[in-house]
Amino acid sequence: MNTDIYKESPVVHTAAFIDGHSVEIPILKILQQDGTVYDGAELPEINQEHAVKMYQALAFHRVLDERMIAAQRQGRISFYMAALGEEAASVGGAAGLEPQDMIMAQYREQGALIYRGFSLENFMNQMFSNEKDLGKGRQMPIHYGSNELNYMTISSPLGTQIPQAAGYAYGQRLQGQPAVTMCYFGEGAASEGDFHAGLNMAAVHQCPTIFFCRNNGYAISTPSEEQYVGNGIASRGVGYGIKTIRIDGNDILAVLKAVQLARAYALEENKPVIIEAMSYRLGAHSTSDDPTGYRTKEEEAKWHAHDPISRMKSWMLAQGWWSEEQETALFEKLREEILAAVKVAEKIDKPPVEDLVSDVYDQVPQHLQKQLDDLKLHIKKYPEAYPFTAGRIK
Amino acid sequence: MAQMNLLQAINNALDIAMAENDSAVCFGEDVGHFGGVFRATSGLQEKYGKTRCFNTPLVEQGIIGFANGLAAQGSTPIAEIQFADYIFPAFDQIVNESAKFRYRSGNEFNVGKLTIRTPYGGGIAGGLYHSQSPEAYFAHTPGLKIVVPRNPYQAKGLLLASIRDDNPVVFFEPKRLYRASVGEVPTEDYQLPIGKAEVVQQGSDITLLAWGAQMEIIEKAAEMAKKDGISCEIIDLRTILPWDVETVASSVMKTGRLLISQEAPLTAGFASEIAATIQSECFLHLESPIARVCGLDTPYPLALEKEHAADHLKVYEAIKNSVNY
Ligand SMILES: Cc1ncc(C[n+]2csc(CCOP(=O)(O)OP(=O)(O)O)c2C)c(N)n1
Ligand SMILES: [Mg+2]
Repeated sequence: MNTDIYKESPVVHTAAFIDGHSVEIPILKILQQDGTVYDGAELPEINQEHAVKMYQALAFHRVLDERMIAAQRQGRISFYMAALGEEAASVGGAAGLEPQDMIMAQYREQGALIYRGFSLENFMNQMFSNEKDLGKGRQMPIHYGSNELNYMTISSPLGTQIPQAAGYAYGQRLQGQPAVTMCYFGEGAASEGDFHAGLNMAAVHQCPTIFFCRNNGYAISTPSEEQYVGNGIASRGVGYGIKTIRIDGNDILAVLKAVQLARAYALEENKPVIIEAMSYRLGAHSTSDDPTGYRTKEEEAKWHAHDPISRMKSWMLAQGWWSEEQETALFEKLREEILAAVKVAEKIDKPPVEDLVSDVYDQVPQHLQKQLDDLKLHIKKYPEAYPFTAGRIK
Repeated sequence: MAQMNLLQAINNALDIAMAENDSAVCFGEDVGHFGGVFRATSGLQEKYGKTRCFNTPLVEQGIIGFANGLAAQGSTPIAEIQFADYIFPAFDQIVNESAKFRYRSGNEFNVGKLTIRTPYGGGIAGGLYHSQSPEAYFAHTPGLKIVVPRNPYQAKGLLLASIRDDNPVVFFEPKRLYRASVGEVPTEDYQLPIGKAEVVQQGSDITLLAWGAQMEIIEKAAEMAKKDGISCEIIDLRTILPWDVETVASSVMKTGRLLISQEAPLTAGFASEIAATIQSECFLHLESPIARVCGLDTPYPLALEKEHAADHLKVYEAIKNSVNY
């Protein structure tokens, strides 16, 4: 390839740098904040049923986040991460995929899981780390995963899913599956070595991976100006020879359009795509964070005006696909259901003590069985010290 | 003297190190304006400017690679890895670069001025990736020094010694104690020795050895044992590498028994290394097998972290077993 570059490059005889910002990257916008479509904008494939499903997922997302932040403040769960203001990226992304497509997310993409139908009980059981949690109460709240829904379990170490998404997609291609892998990550995580490794692997090995960067302006307290100097994350796609698009991440129709195009291309050409969705993290990084230490209320207020959910709602109303009555009824129903589900989940037992040693390997090896047996004897001796498990040890 | 919590003691040590040495630079994810997610670097950017205390991009291998280069050049990098659980992207830079820089170049170059600070340990409902104690991975790497303080006084004196030590040091901070551990700390400059364990309490029946946040646990267990008439000698190892064999061995020769407790899983933890060495140093003095009370050999769990942990009750039981052997 190097020799090709040598042959194809135009020859000059005066030393001159090309500028690090010379690649201009447009941003796709379809829907305006007032719910009207830009003149000449090309709509994604969408019908009323599809749109209502998307909107319901957005509403669920918003109410879930509100309720669970409150539940964390009340000490009912230990931790939470909301995606306030960024819901369109995950919901719109999932809406542009097929159910057989794998989603490998970072952590702020519960919207994709909602869209795919992860049950309210499943959300709650994970956050309350109870014995019905699919992840067996092992990970912090919001680390969801579902084999059935093709949603890879979240891992806290940032960026690790990016090269994995190349490998997963390679396997899908190898086995002739009509499926792609969607990989979400933040603009902060895109600084990790794994990001660069993943994009290059996917490009070189022709993997049908959609790399979806949620550029929300912050990585905890670090603003994107201190994260990179180049033209966002999208410019890196060009560097790796990958088809690249930048979109308004708060415009759910732009998200849907980009993902539909990306999916078709990735599947037909067996090549990766990168989408950079520009947005803003309206809330705190997590319930452990307080943004007043690093940004102003005025800055936040500006972005409140770009709310993706009210934008979609206005469009839906204008289409005659949604009404204020439906709106009120939906939000009321969601608030009640979610509150009720919290009350159920918090009463369910923690996982049994055996779950401490299961799944470390496919089978429990001898040394772990012995550690478990010793532990059980110990717990029987001091039952008050281990209230979650003591009552259930035979 | 002033009352400080462990974070304030660390912040104070960093302040002293930066004031005395213009080439001392603090950096890592969110350490700049915000002062770090735990606020250990709070106020340092305001005081020393953005060129000496700053946010880095979110890339641990970059942070330590950059720090290695900076140290090789002769400056004094004090790099923060936000959680010890996230140090692994930098494993190559630490294990193959920091640790071997001096040796491979015949001492033409070194990164002795490097200090890596990182919060470690569990008991904070952090689950798999905000709870690990990875000291043993690094202890397998000749060329590194590894230091773990147990309280604010120790933290300040040991961190200043680590920054000034002419070897790369990985400084593990017990994050469970960041705000919980409060004590009297001299406001002036002082250092505590690297490579020296500390006998925290004299005793005659058994030696209890730990480091960092686990010290609290063995102290609590020793209190329980005292009521049974068992006299425990308590030692804080303080430095994992190179560790103080002499202090531990002379204690064990006196008590005839050793219990080592660590948060990390049992298998191939640093307790195993200590047990092997003390067995050969003190074989004829031992009255019972050396006991290890450690985390289970599993990833760090969430809901059942109490069950998983090497808590004071497990240590207490092991003390009794050892004494009644
Ligand atoms: C390897 C690694 N380093 C550090 C962290 C700590 N951490 C968790 S989230 C985060 C910021 C991520 O920012 P970004 O990727 O932009 O995603 P956003 O939170 O904005 O959605 C950091 C530094 C981590 N989880 N993993
Ligand atoms: Mg971000």
